[in-house]
Amino acid sequence: MGRYVGTSVKRVEDPRFIQGKGRYVANIQFPDMVYVAIKRSPEAHARITRMDTSAAAAMDGVVAVFTGQDFKDGGCGSLPCGWLVPDTKVPDRPIVVTDRVCHVGDSVAVVAARTPYIAADAVEAIEVDYEPLPTVVDARGAMDEGAPLVHSEIENNVSYHWALGDQEACEKAFAEADEVVEIELVNQRLIPTAMEPRAAAAQWDAASEEMTVWTTSQNPHPIRLLLSAFTLGIPESKLRVISPDVGGGFGSKIFHYPEEVIVPWVARQVGRPARWVATRTESQMTDSQGRDHVTVAKLAMTSDGTFTGLDVETWANQGAYLSTFAPLIPTALYITLLSGNYKMPGVFGKVHGTLTNTVPVDAYRGAGRPEAAYLVERLVDLAATRLGRDPLDLRRQNAIPKEDFPYQTPVAFLYDSGDYDRLMTTAADRADYAGMRQAQAEARAEGKLRGVGVVCCIEASGPAPSAVAGSLGSAVGFWESGEVRVHPTGQVSVFTGSHAHGQGHETTLAQVVADELGVPIESVEVVHGDTGRVNFGMGTYGSRSACVGGSALVRSAEKVRAKVLQLGAHLLEAAEEDVVYDRDTGRVHVKGSPESGKDFGELAFAAYTAHNLPEGMEPGLDFVSFYDPANFTFPASSHICEVEVCPDTWEVRILRYVAVDDVGKVINPMIVEGQLQGGIVQGVGQALTEIGAYSDDGQLLSGTLLEYAVPRADLLPGIEVDRIETPSPHNPLGVKGAGEMGTIAATPAVANAVLDALAPLGVTHIELPLTPERIWRAVQAAGNGA
Amino acid sequence: MRHRVCLTVNGKAEEFDVEPRLLLCHLLRAYVGLTGTNIGCDTSQCGSCTVLMDGKAVKSCTVLAVQADGCEVTTIEGLAGADGLHPVQQSFWDNHGLQCGFCTPGMIMTAVEILDRNPGATDAEVRHGLEGNICRCTGYENIVKSIVAAGARGS
Ligand code: FES
Ligand code: FES
Repeated sequence: MGRYVGTSVKRVEDPRFIQGKGRYVANIQFPDMVYVAIKRSPEAHARITRMDTSAAAAMDGVVAVFTGQDFKDGGCGSLPCGWLVPDTKVPDRPIVVTDRVCHVGDSVAVVAARTPYIAADAVEAIEVDYEPLPTVVDARGAMDEGAPLVHSEIENNVSYHWALGDQEACEKAFAEADEVVEIELVNQRLIPTAMEPRAAAAQWDAASEEMTVWTTSQNPHPIRLLLSAFTLGIPESKLRVISPDVGGGFGSKIFHYPEEVIVPWVARQVGRPARWVATRTESQMTDSQGRDHVTVAKLAMTSDGTFTGLDVETWANQGAYLSTFAPLIPTALYITLLSGNYKMPGVFGKVHGTLTNTVPVDAYRGAGRPEAAYLVERLVDLAATRLGRDPLDLRRQNAIPKEDFPYQTPVAFLYDSGDYDRLMTTAADRADYAGMRQAQAEARAEGKLRGVGVVCCIEASGPAPSAVAGSLGSAVGFWESGEVRVHPTGQVSVFTGSHAHGQGHETTLAQVVADELGVPIESVEVVHGDTGRVNFGMGTYGSRSACVGGSALVRSAEKVRAKVLQLGAHLLEAAEEDVVYDRDTGRVHVKGSPESGKDFGELAFAAYTAHNLPEGMEPGLDFVSFYDPANFTFPASSHICEVEVCPDTWEVRILRYVAVDDVGKVINPMIVEGQLQGGIVQGVGQALTEIGAYSDDGQLLSGTLLEYAVPRADLLPGIEVDRIETPSPHNPLGVKGAGEMGTIAATPAVANAVLDALAPLGVTHIELPLTPERIWRAVQAAGNGA
Repeated sequence: MRHRVCLTVNGKAEEFDVEPRLLLCHLLRAYVGLTGTNIGCDTSQCGSCTVLMDGKAVKSCTVLAVQADGCEVTTIEGLAGADGLHPVQQSFWDNHGLQCGFCTPGMIMTAVEILDRNPGATDAEVRHGLEGNICRCTGYENIVKSIVAAGARGS
């Protein structure tokens, strides 16, 4: 066993952040830089009847003003969509609009000026006249007969329909069911709100015709590919994309955005470096948003509580345009998760992806999986109520038993490993579930509104394999590259196509490689986020970096070891089968005599001097691997939440939150715990405080942090996290994704707890977020009014 | 119309001619060249931009540069001493009090003030004290832990 994997190594990236030396895009500044600001539409849907940029252009310090036509004439292509399910209708998405805006925040014109203040003034000075057009904002209403069309060529605002599952088995389950519970719910729109607003900077070298773009991206290589092939048209060989330190992403920084095209285009046009930094308000109205489903579903079961079928129909709001991976989220990352952690033969789901006059919707932490978990876990609680059963008990009865793995669900996925019963019993023990129920009974007797929520949830992390992704609509592969370059002195540089924006890869990936090679972690540096240094990579999302990115590095390290072993045997004048590579020390020695060996550094040096190499061996010590995983990994969790609802103010107070997660083997427990805690609070945010709200005419009502209620430090009293481990059998590290599990489980855990608290008042459903006002209204509607 | 602003930043005297509307956070980032003070919002909600002005934690996006005339400003870059990291910085590192690091400078500056006023601050007091600072990554657990631990070590 290695020295580092499995231990809480302190993060090597931290010293720069705690001293204010983070290298964020907004910090990039060149002496002759121009600052870009963007005129944005205040209308959700309108025709532009007049635009006058002359006053702006005449302002002192304004370098240039550009309109949509300039970008079109200047060779900018429209933003493409990288995931197309059959018959997807894709609306054209120009970099800057020319004649019609489709959501509040759509880009209308661009200013470049000597300072950011002048640029902001100039944006104000641009005059635009709009002729408002009818708007539609609701996912399901968009399909109504006679609803206004977002794009006249796309009938009924339907971008696609998609379905998956065993419809016959599903129909049979309902025909034969003893009990059926039904629900209609909204999974509300969320705004990801990474604390660092998006930004882009660019520098053009006219002599060499080379462009460098800095962008707040989770995946700089795919961005370079899109810039090169679709939007900017500069060859990849001349285009370097760097995503340095990125201040959180949660999915919102995966996608290719107009500003990534605007800024380099402007830099080349004006012959000066350029930079754009979003204001928070701009981020809230232009970063792709999350969730926004309307769903009607029912669960079939026998009288003894055995689940037999689940039937789901969902309307998924995709916003005004299809963001880069938009159709993936409500299809292959949502319907596929509807079996949850349960054995259910008859699962069938269909989804309608609709277009509306709202900001585009795409992946946000969890992406499709939280929507599935919230739906399934609410239905299971309704089932428990119907049957008069304890919700934990009913879950344990229906959970897929551990002997059934790998388990094929009716909705395409093959779950790799798991032990859901142990997960739930561990959570129940840790929380003292029986004690909580007892305390609840006592509290209720005193007239208090106390509730306990319990969930068991599944995630699919590390999308894979590439060929399957392709068959489901992906335009890209989901492998990862990892290079291990051993320098002549034995120092190691690791190049990963994964990208860290808070996850701590510079530490965890160094732990992995240091253990694989048996070298001190201090001698391993991890390089990421720069297309000029890393050969290629797919970036970080879908909790893939450890399982896919880490595995690629294991493969490369294995190649390094094999070569070092061969070289060591040669220099020790022994047969290869008579020597061993000691992974604790990095030494190669003759079996049984560790003292007569060669150090890792010596062997690295010998590989580069190449004075005495085995027959046919090339000099150097540098290997790249492209790892294409065989399957997703399937983390799971059981969370238990205890709440009390105040009968005067209707505020929800969380008393305890206990989370037991199974994310497979763990590289760094401290970092995994941090990912779970952060994820949980985001999930609690969806349950209690957050909503990306629009008025009927498409105005974003929560466009600043004044209205969009991100959780604060006092929302929870603390979180107790624990783990069990069922290693993934199909990747060399045995790891599963840890980045999203917390978010997925937390929303239903809190929602179930609150509805359990309100059960004595006859309340069975409230749409999220569970704000005091919504709770009060539900209580009134249930006939408890005064 | 421009105004002269004289202030001390991290112990060093600085002097600039600025527009009256220039915000202190922009003065620090663009004029002084200290980019550790991050800007996360435009409505004074997030606290990423927190610095110490004459020893008090302020949101530098809510202060005009001209208001800082004659003041002593400490930013995250000025916190560590000759003998290394400030105890709060060290505690954030030891307790995994950061992930993406964007809120971190503001969190640390706020924490310095919380502990200054109340060195033995409890978990609940720290949570209350952080009401003006948003972190989207950590769920606050380890930020609170870092601050409580720094206080306990200091007192
Ligand atoms: S940037 Fe100052 S409070 Fe957000
Ligand atoms: S560490 Fe990312 S916002 Fe706090």
